[in-house]
Amino acid sequence: MSMINYASREINCKLVYYGPGLGGKTTNLEHVFGKVNPNARGKLISLATETERTLFFDFLPVDLGTVRGFKTRFHLYTVPGQVYYNASRKLILKGVDGVVFVADSQLERMEANIESMQNLYDNMAEYGYDLTKIPFVVQYNKRDLPNAAPLKDLQASLNPGWPLAETDKQTPTADPVAAGEFLVWQLPTGEWVQRAPAHEAVAVTGEGVFETLKTVSKLVLKSLG
Amino acid sequence: MPGASSWSFREEDFKAISEHLNNLLRETNVKSLLLVDRAGQVVANVGEPPQFDPQAFASLTAADFSANDQLAKMIGEHEFSSLFHQGEKESMYLADVARRVILVALFDNRTTLGMVRLKVKSTVEDLTKLFEAMFNRVGTESPKLEGFGSKEAEDEIDKLFG
Repeated sequence: MSMINYASREINCKLVYYGPGLGGKTTNLEHVFGKVNPNARGKLISLATETERTLFFDFLPVDLGTVRGFKTRFHLYTVPGQVYYNASRKLILKGVDGVVFVADSQLERMEANIESMQNLYDNMAEYGYDLTKIPFVVQYNKRDLPNAAPLKDLQASLNPGWPLAETDKQTPTADPVAAGEFLVWQLPTGEWVQRAPAHEAVAVTGEGVFETLKTVSKLVLKSLG
Repeated sequence: MPGASSWSFREEDFKAISEHLNNLLRETNVKSLLLVDRAGQVVANVGEPPQFDPQAFASLTAADFSANDQLAKMIGEHEFSSLFHQGEKESMYLADVARRVILVALFDNRTTLGMVRLKVKSTVEDLTKLFEAMFNRVGTESPKLEGFGSKEAEDEIDKLFG
């Protein structure tokens, strides 16, 4: 739910980092917090347990700069990844403008990824939001680990694409990140399919963190036009 | 509704909101008043400038209210339309406005909870009318920002990220 204040010419947008527990959502925010100029960001608020597991959410406001004369500010939130905390996880999605799904690339976390993705679709649907219609980006984190699943398998399980009905969007669109791949394409059967842009990342070193944020922010700002 | 609905307010809305808040401030002698939307963004702020990060405060306020809404449902209530947090010196009173925004009053011993509760009630009624009129005007459709879909805007967005 972006809020546009014409009096102070400000736009505020809400981005939510979603995904399974220990997948790296908080690490994404910590990296952004550490790298962004302190004048352009607020405090990082973490509601976490004593063992640093997210209990309710992490929150970080970031000023992007001015677009078309409007000061744009993004509020970044993470949700608690643990299955147990679904009630509070759902609350954070209220009024969301864009979603980043942080998947854990490790083979043994595949089931947790799938469960969390399904939970995201379900929780969005309960608010009446359609994930295929709002800015949505997938991040495959922990690509540096030896037990990381191949990207192709992760994409097939977590981001296979959805049927694209709007005829005005039915144009083959190359994936700017993966050479030879498409974000919008036509199946041999004639149906059109779209999938979310995806980034590979190693959040602990910061690799892919800003690329992911950039992709989702651009999608959100474009959705305002 | 495909995505979350946006909302916007004009200069005259902002003036009207500020006027209501300033009246309440005078009548109650509270330290400051904040209006926060349910997604955790600051809408307006009057009175003593806060000594804390207002954005962080707003996100926690929205979360506080949302969590309490769920608690209300668990005990069979539709909602808790107001919340009160008592501190040793500073206290806060929070009230729902039109299910979309939260009015937060921060006060100390220069006033009383009874006074705050009484006066907030009538301000909430005034603000509810004002916000409902605003939401009806905007409707449920997201307002489109002029020029945001243009090539120039795209270039500006690209530039922000270097």
